[in-house]
Amino acid sequence: MIQGKIARVSGPLVVAKEMRGARMFDVVRVGERGLIGEIIGLKRDQCYIQVYEETAGIGPLEPVVSTGQPLSAELGPGLIGAIFDGIQRPLDVIRAQGGDYIQKGVELPALDPKKKWAFKPTAKKGDEVAAGDILGEVPESPVVVHKVMVPPGVAGTIEEIREGQFTIEEEICRLRTVKETISVSMKQKWPVRTGRPVRRRLPPKEPLVTGQRVIDTLFPIAKGGTACVPGPFGSGKTVIQHQLAKWSNADIIVYIGCGERGNEMADVLESFAKLKDPRTKETLMERTVLIANTSNMPVAAREASVYTGVTLAEYYRDMGYHVAVMADSTSRWAEALREISGRLEEMPGEEGYPAYLAYRIADFYERAGRVECLGKPDREATLSIVGAVSPPGGDLSDPVVQATLRVVKVFWGLEDRLAYMRHFPAINWLLSYSLYLEQLAEFFADSVHVDFNQVRTEAMRLLQLEDELAEIARLVGVESLSPQDRLIMESARSIREDFLHQNAFDETDTYTSIEKQYHLLKNIIEFYRYAKELVDQDVELKDITSVSVRQDISRAKFIDEEKLGEIEAIAGRVKDELQTLKQAKGEAREEKAEGEEGA
Amino acid sequence: MLKEYRTVTEISGPLLVVEKIEGVKYDELCEIQLGDGSVRRGQVLEISETMALVQVYEGTRGIDVSSAKVKFLGRGLELPVSPDILGRVFDGAGRPKDGAPPIIPEKKLDINGNPLNPTSRDYPIEFIETGISAIDGMNTLVRGQKLPIFSGSGLPHAKIAAQVARQARLLGKEEKFAVSFGAMGTTFEEADFFITDFEKTGAIERAVLFVNLSDDPAVERIATPRMALTAAEYLAFDLDMHVLVILMDMTVYCEALREVSAARKEIPGRRGYPGYMYTDLATVYERAGRIKGKKGSITLMPVLSMPEDDKTHPVPDLTGYITEGQVILNRELHRKGIYPPIDVLPSLSRLKDKGIGKGKTREDHADVLNQLFACYAKGREARELAVILGEAALSELDRLYIKFADRFEGEFVRQSEATRRTIQETLDLGWKMLSILPRKELKRVHDNFLDKYYKPVGSTGKA
Repeated sequence: MIQGKIARVSGPLVVAKEMRGARMFDVVRVGERGLIGEIIGLKRDQCYIQVYEETAGIGPLEPVVSTGQPLSAELGPGLIGAIFDGIQRPLDVIRAQGGDYIQKGVELPALDPKKKWAFKPTAKKGDEVAAGDILGEVPESPVVVHKVMVPPGVAGTIEEIREGQFTIEEEICRLRTVKETISVSMKQKWPVRTGRPVRRRLPPKEPLVTGQRVIDTLFPIAKGGTACVPGPFGSGKTVIQHQLAKWSNADIIVYIGCGERGNEMADVLESFAKLKDPRTKETLMERTVLIANTSNMPVAAREASVYTGVTLAEYYRDMGYHVAVMADSTSRWAEALREISGRLEEMPGEEGYPAYLAYRIADFYERAGRVECLGKPDREATLSIVGAVSPPGGDLSDPVVQATLRVVKVFWGLEDRLAYMRHFPAINWLLSYSLYLEQLAEFFADSVHVDFNQVRTEAMRLLQLEDELAEIARLVGVESLSPQDRLIMESARSIREDFLHQNAFDETDTYTSIEKQYHLLKNIIEFYRYAKELVDQDVELKDITSVSVRQDISRAKFIDEEKLGEIEAIAGRVKDELQTLKQAKGEAREEKAEGEEGA
Repeated sequence: MLKEYRTVTEISGPLLVVEKIEGVKYDELCEIQLGDGSVRRGQVLEISETMALVQVYEGTRGIDVSSAKVKFLGRGLELPVSPDILGRVFDGAGRPKDGAPPIIPEKKLDINGNPLNPTSRDYPIEFIETGISAIDGMNTLVRGQKLPIFSGSGLPHAKIAAQVARQARLLGKEEKFAVSFGAMGTTFEEADFFITDFEKTGAIERAVLFVNLSDDPAVERIATPRMALTAAEYLAFDLDMHVLVILMDMTVYCEALREVSAARKEIPGRRGYPGYMYTDLATVYERAGRIKGKKGSITLMPVLSMPEDDKTHPVPDLTGYITEGQVILNRELHRKGIYPPIDVLPSLSRLKDKGIGKGKTREDHADVLNQLFACYAKGREARELAVILGEAALSELDRLYIKFADRFEGEFVRQSEATRRTIQETLDLGWKMLSILPRKELKRVHDNFLDKYYKPVGSTGKA
């Protein structure tokens, strides 16, 4: 064990001396109170330590002890439904023990060591097993079956495996390896800064359906994909993250509140415990793990929180689940990096951020993906990451945004201009993109509707045209546009207001299934198609846009999921009403023509 | 017996270096005795085996290297509290300023506090009626929220803050209510305005003020908001009161932070502000809230002035990322003579959705405010268009929207300093504005509310 002394304290950075032999990224206990820290730099016998707790009250010559272990996450049953801080201390237990405010130097196991879990083996005595093989199952929550796996780096023959009630530390299985006999419990440890191993990585192929129309239809993210949501404050980043955590069709959600508001975490805790998952009918908390390192909690732990979160996510991915990580906000994580870097007196890169910022960001997002898991039985799983970015002043040239955009495949650009107009989600449809469109096209065509992709393309085309026309209209006035162009503007407006605009706080509107999304958009596009025919035949645009079916189109999003038929039927009425109008106009014209002839 | 060090070796700006120290801890409070016997207080910013870097709250003016004596106190900066702090005025470092004797403390609290455990937080849902339509109707304040006012020099933020402090109340309930006011670098006149206003309306009985004037030492300002919040925490969570904290002006506070950072020769972030400003501001703002099982609450309304009215300046920018919304004042409205000049479009209350609606304000509130926002945004757009094309080139509908925007500003937003509108009055006024527009334009409102409340101009009952 290596023990040294504190030489200097500057905020979250502590320098310790006489630490010869200490290794990078090992966890140390600092001072008499044993604050938790991590070595982030070494210089002769001195180490630079970032401390995960408030350092007030510690001073020179207090002891520093290295644990010789890197910062690790505790993995096992009991993670689901829990809320942890950035270094995986259970916040609810801290509260029960220490009151409403977080005191310093608290040391608590992440998982309850006393709780018994019902373990049911799926492997049997005499089986040859290796890392990642599933030994048995534990019902962890009403919706999550926890698969107990052979820890990484272990292989052997099962000598004994037991069924029954065990704590996470008790032996459930004994393995004979070449050299020795190993006792296996349900608990594993894994260093958070290292990705967990997989057998093979695969390209994504299915969408992560989020129930958010602008996302699923226009800019979908794949299961196993990465997305970033940058935007200025007040543009709704957090609401989008919450919506994804609530409604996306992942099996497990890991929500990382990194340097954000305390009330938001309270909101997540409260609403997730109440809201029902539309698929399982259980509360959302039964599939969620929360990591909360709010902005007033120690800054260094903020840096660790994203790694802790993604490690927990990888653990569930290894069981064969589709996991989604929401990180809100990665900018706060980057700022924590910057703060520590500044205290280390490193040469700053852009905007004072350390030069290795881009690497760290890429390293984090690369932990997402669709994979073939390690071990038997064969299983495929995905880990998707959605990171919010909060650039200063909403400026997208911010180094964190730029470094993120280089690695993520989906970009949902939020705009405050849209937020001011209360167009939510305030995702700019011209700025945003998804690089998964091609990979997912097949899925949409097969599972939703053959012409899903065409409808989508047509909608994008109209939105694009609207932007160009709006420019002209601004200069010369809407009235001077041709009826065809005015119809385009009108249809694009309908796409924006009746389709893209979605109210997260409305019971029905908050979630839209992909089928419903298709029909909503299809109705609008159908209307455009028939209306265009009429306009081409010189029917007044005013008459076309005032048909009553337009009301139905704009109200369709409030129709319940169960009544999809009603939405589908609108397309028929569009056709009927416009046909009737066409006939009426046709007759009127004929009459007029006859009348003229008669005269 | 505490050791006294006579080893001050360097003074630079608000900082001084003490050498040959022993057993001093990070963040510790110390007392500096000057040659003339006067005492100042400081805080350890950085500590190594040989020296401590101390930030002096009252400034370093008049301190000399040879005669200064430093005593480390083994604790952080504390605020003595008791129920008697109500009705008192203190300076920025917590000493009585109103001529009355110091209070007899019930206990002393560390002004830095500890971070509130997120699982202890109770989500703010109770509507606070401020009597100001632009806030109640459009950017509703709820108890436990932190809602800053983004202002600029010359705008009447002080008046608005005072009006909120005076009028704020919870619907239907009479509860213990208090105001904790922290002034950082305000002018004498501004501070005097508040004190007089509070005295005039009797609000002073329920208020505690911490005033750091613009000619007081700058570093003291770093402690002032923490003083006000520590007092608020005591009042809210020990004495079960509902406390409104007003901090003014946060930009000045941040400048003091920058001054210290510069003196430490730290690598500056944007516009010279330190890289840790976000964290620092968060430790101030995040102290607002409610705690499960506690009766009291802290609602925070910081006021800050945006240099050049620039919302992307680091101070408003970082504030906006931490607080739950913002109320933005607009110079153009102010020039038009509209009080309060609240620009509702970029203003936002993030917590409003759970604080409004049936049983809290009124069933139609959410729909009405969304519709008012959308229509006002359109009206402003149409107005811009009119500037380019001339009003004659606009469609009938666009002209209606302009009319809507004008009346919205002139009747809904505008009210006098003494007017307290109930939420019913505010919402009815909102419907009156909406009635300018044809029913089919009101897409954000559910049909049943339209049937009930929408009464178009020139008709009686339903159209």
